[in-house]
Amino acid sequence: MSLVSRRNLLVAALLASVAVSPAAFAQGFDADATIRIGSLYEPQNLDNTAGAGQGINEAFNGNVYEALFQLTDAGSVEPKLSADYTVSEDGLTYTFTLVDGVTFHSGEPLTSADVKYSIERVTAETSKSSRKKSLSTITSIETPDDKTVVITLSARSISLPYNLSYVWIVNDAAADITATEDGTGPYALEEWRRGSALALSRFDGYWGDAPSNGEVIYTYFTDATALNNALLTNAVDVITSVQSPDSLAQFSGNSAYTVTEGASTTKELLAYNDRVAPFDNVKVRKALARATDKAKLLNSIWGDYGTLIGSFVPPTDPWYVDLTGVDAYDVEGAKALLAEAGYPDGFEFTLDTPDYDPHPIVAQFLQAEYAKIGVTVNINVITANEWYTKIYQEKNFEATLQEHVNHRDIVFYGNPDFYWGYNNPEVVKLVADAEAAGSVDEQTAKLKEANEIIAEDAASNWLYLYPQIVVSAANVSGYPVNGLNSQFFAYDIEKAE
Amino acid sequence: MNGANAICPALAIGLEIAHAPHGFSKDRPILAYTIRRLAILFLSLLIAAVVLFLLLRLLPGDPANALLGVGATEQQIAAARAQVGSDQPIWLQFLGFIGNLARFDLGTSFVSRASVLDEIGNRLSVTLPLTLLGFALALVIAIPLGVIAAVHSARWYGAAISVISQLGIAIPVFWVGILLVTLFAINLRLLPSGGFPLKGWANRGEAVTAMILPVITISLVMAASLLRYVRAATLDVLGSDYIRTARALGASFPEALIRHGLRNGAVPVVSILGIELASTFLGAVVIERVFSLPGLGSMLLLAIQQRDYPNVQGVLFVSTLLVLLIGFAADLLQRLIDPRLRERVATS
Repeated sequence: MSLVSRRNLLVAALLASVAVSPAAFAQGFDADATIRIGSLYEPQNLDNTAGAGQGINEAFNGNVYEALFQLTDAGSVEPKLSADYTVSEDGLTYTFTLVDGVTFHSGEPLTSADVKYSIERVTAETSKSSRKKSLSTITSIETPDDKTVVITLSARSISLPYNLSYVWIVNDAAADITATEDGTGPYALEEWRRGSALALSRFDGYWGDAPSNGEVIYTYFTDATALNNALLTNAVDVITSVQSPDSLAQFSGNSAYTVTEGASTTKELLAYNDRVAPFDNVKVRKALARATDKAKLLNSIWGDYGTLIGSFVPPTDPWYVDLTGVDAYDVEGAKALLAEAGYPDGFEFTLDTPDYDPHPIVAQFLQAEYAKIGVTVNINVITANEWYTKIYQEKNFEATLQEHVNHRDIVFYGNPDFYWGYNNPEVVKLVADAEAAGSVDEQTAKLKEANEIIAEDAASNWLYLYPQIVVSAANVSGYPVNGLNSQFFAYDIEKAE
Repeated sequence: MNGANAICPALAIGLEIAHAPHGFSKDRPILAYTIRRLAILFLSLLIAAVVLFLLLRLLPGDPANALLGVGATEQQIAAARAQVGSDQPIWLQFLGFIGNLARFDLGTSFVSRASVLDEIGNRLSVTLPLTLLGFALALVIAIPLGVIAAVHSARWYGAAISVISQLGIAIPVFWVGILLVTLFAINLRLLPSGGFPLKGWANRGEAVTAMILPVITISLVMAASLLRYVRAATLDVLGSDYIRTARALGASFPEALIRHGLRNGAVPVVSILGIELASTFLGAVVIERVFSLPGLGSMLLLAIQQRDYPNVQGVLFVSTLLVLLIGFAADLLQRLIDPRLRERVATS
C-alpha cells in the first residue's frame, strides 16, 4: 500500500540525516529529556500475570522488565537476559546462561533463582497469564549455579525462546508486584497515579546501553479526542495507537507532526461457530467469505490505512503467505456456493457483536452485504464482558465479531476446543508437529501449510488487519512503529534539543 | 421596621428568630427533625446498597472475565472466579457485602487489587473540587444575573439574559466542554485541553490550571438552569405584598429586595440547589471524560465495563451517601432560612 512506501521514505530520510551529519545527529537530542507518551490503555495493575491488560505491556515490556528473550519491533526474537543457550539433541533440555552484571532496580543481583521464580509465577495455578498454556510443556527448572538455568520439557517446543519473551524476569524477593515493580530494565517506576499517568525514570545501574532520554511519562486518556487534543496542545509528544482515521487529517500534512503506519497484529474477524449448522458446512463459510467486499469495508473504516488479509496470519508472522486471492469477492460465486450447500434461498443467523468500535459498524456492513445473497443477519449487541462469558466460555453463539491482537496466534486453529470450534485433524496435527519441529524452517513450513488449509476451509472470515498508527511531534523520533504485542519500547526515543 | 413586622406576620417571625439568640428550646424541634432525617438517610442508604448489589448481579457477564484474556484455560477461569468470589452463591456474596459495609470496609478492587476506599478518596480529590468550584461559580453567575433578569424583565437586557439562559439549558455539557477546549486550549493555547498532573494537588499550579476549563464548563451549564429558578423566585417575590408594604413604609427598592426579598426567594431556590448540586456531582462523569480527569466518574465507568463489583459498589455507595447528605443539608438549610418550615417541624 502507499503507506508502506511512506514509511520507507521516513526510514530513508532518517538514514540520510545520519549519513549527512552523524555527529550532529548524535548530539542533536536532549539526553535527559522527558518523553510524554499519550495512550488509551491504562494498566489496571502492574502485574502482567494478574489481568493488568495490554497497557502494562505497553509501559513495562522492555522498559521496566526484561525477559530472557525479547520480541523486537520487527518481529524477531532476540536474546536479552540470556547471554547464550544450548539445546540437547532430543530438544527436551534447554540450558541458558545469564548475562553478567545485571541488577534489579532494588539493587539485588540477577541470579538463576530469579529466573526460575519468574517462570513459575507465570505457570502457577493462580496465574492469569495468557502465555501459561504455551509453557505447559515445562516439567522442571533447575538452577545448578547462579548464572545457569536448565529447563526440561515433556515434549519438544521450538517456540520456547519466543514464549519466554513474554516472561518478565522479576526479583524473587518481590512478593507482590501489583502496585510496585522490581525489574532489570533501563527504567524504574517513579510514580503511578491511577486513572491519570505513570512515570518511569532512567535507571542509572542499568547493565546495557543507557536510554536516549531521562524520563518517560505515560499519560492515560479514556477518550480518543482528548488524546488527540493533548498532542495538538503539546501536552504529550507521541500517541501510541491512533484508533480513528478521522482524527489523522489534523496531523498528516502538517510538518509539526510525524505520522507512521506500522504493521499491527490485530485482526478483525467474523468468527463462526463451526460446530453448528449451517457454519459446519465449509461451502456456507466460503460463500460468506466471497460475499464480503473486504476492500470496501476496510476503506469505510480506515480510509487508506490497514491491510487486507486472506487468513489469520499477519505479514509479521514468519509463516505469512498472501492468501487474499482465496475466496475473493464474488457475489455470484457466493450465491452458487450457497445453493450447492443446500441454501438456495439463504438463511438467517444471529451475529453477537461487541458494543465497542469498530464491531457495530462492521456488523451493519455485513448485514447489508449478506442481504445481497439472501442471508439475514440479526445483530445482537453485547458487552465485552458478556462476550467472554457467552462466546468464549459457553460457546453459545452462531457467529461473532472480535479483534484478535496476539502475535503468532494461528495455533488457536489447532485447538478444536477454542471458542470458534474449528476442527480439522490435519491442522491440529500440523500445529502440534510445528511446535515439535527440530528447526525454525521446519516449524515455518508446517505453519504455512496450516495457514493455507484454514484459508481454503474459510475457518473464519478474516476481514482486515488493523493499521498501527503512531503520531508524534516532529522533534521526537526513535519510537517503535509496529508495537507488536502492544509493546512500546521507550529507550531509543530521542527529543531534539 | 416594627411597623412592617406588625403588618406582615410571616416576615416578623422570620426577623425575630433571625435576631433572637439560639436557645435550646428553639433548637429542639430542629434537633428532633435532624435525628428523624438522619434515620431516614440511613435507611435510604441501606436500601440503595441492597438494590445496587442486586442490580449488579443481574447484569450478564462475570467479574472474573476482566482478569482473563483470550487463551485462558478452564482451570484459569475457575481460579479467577474463585479469586473474585463469583463462584459463590449470591446470598453468601450478599452476606459478605453487608458485613463489610457495616465496618465501612469497601474491599479491594478485583482488577487493580487496590483498596476501594483509598481509590475513592484519591478520585474524590478531583471530583469534589470540580463539582464544588463549578457550583460556586454557577451561583456567582446565576444569582445576580437571575435577579437582574427578574427586576429588569421589561428591559432588553433582562429579556436577553432569559433567552441566553434558555440556550444554555439546551446545549449539552460535553458540547460546551469541546467548544471551550477548541477555543482556549487548541486555538489560543491558554489552558491545557485535559488531564491532571501526575502528582495531583501537590503540584498546585498545574492542578489548578487543569481545573479551570472543566470548572467553567460545569458552571456555565449549571448557571443557565439556576438562573431561571432565581429569576422565577425573584419575580414571585417582586409581586408579593410584603415588598409592596416595605416600599410603602419607605424602604428603597434595593433595600426592600435585599432585606426581605432575598430570604423569601431563597427558600425554593435552596431546594433546587440541592438537587442541582447532586446532579452536577453525578454529571461530572461526562466532564471528566471530556477533560480526561481521573475522577470518580471515570473510575465508575471503567469498573462497570469490567464488572469490578467492589469498585462499582464502592463508588455508587459513596455517591449515594453524598447525594443523600446534600439533600439533608438542603432541607436543614431551608429550615434555618424559613421559620415557617421550622414551625411545621415543631408542630408535627
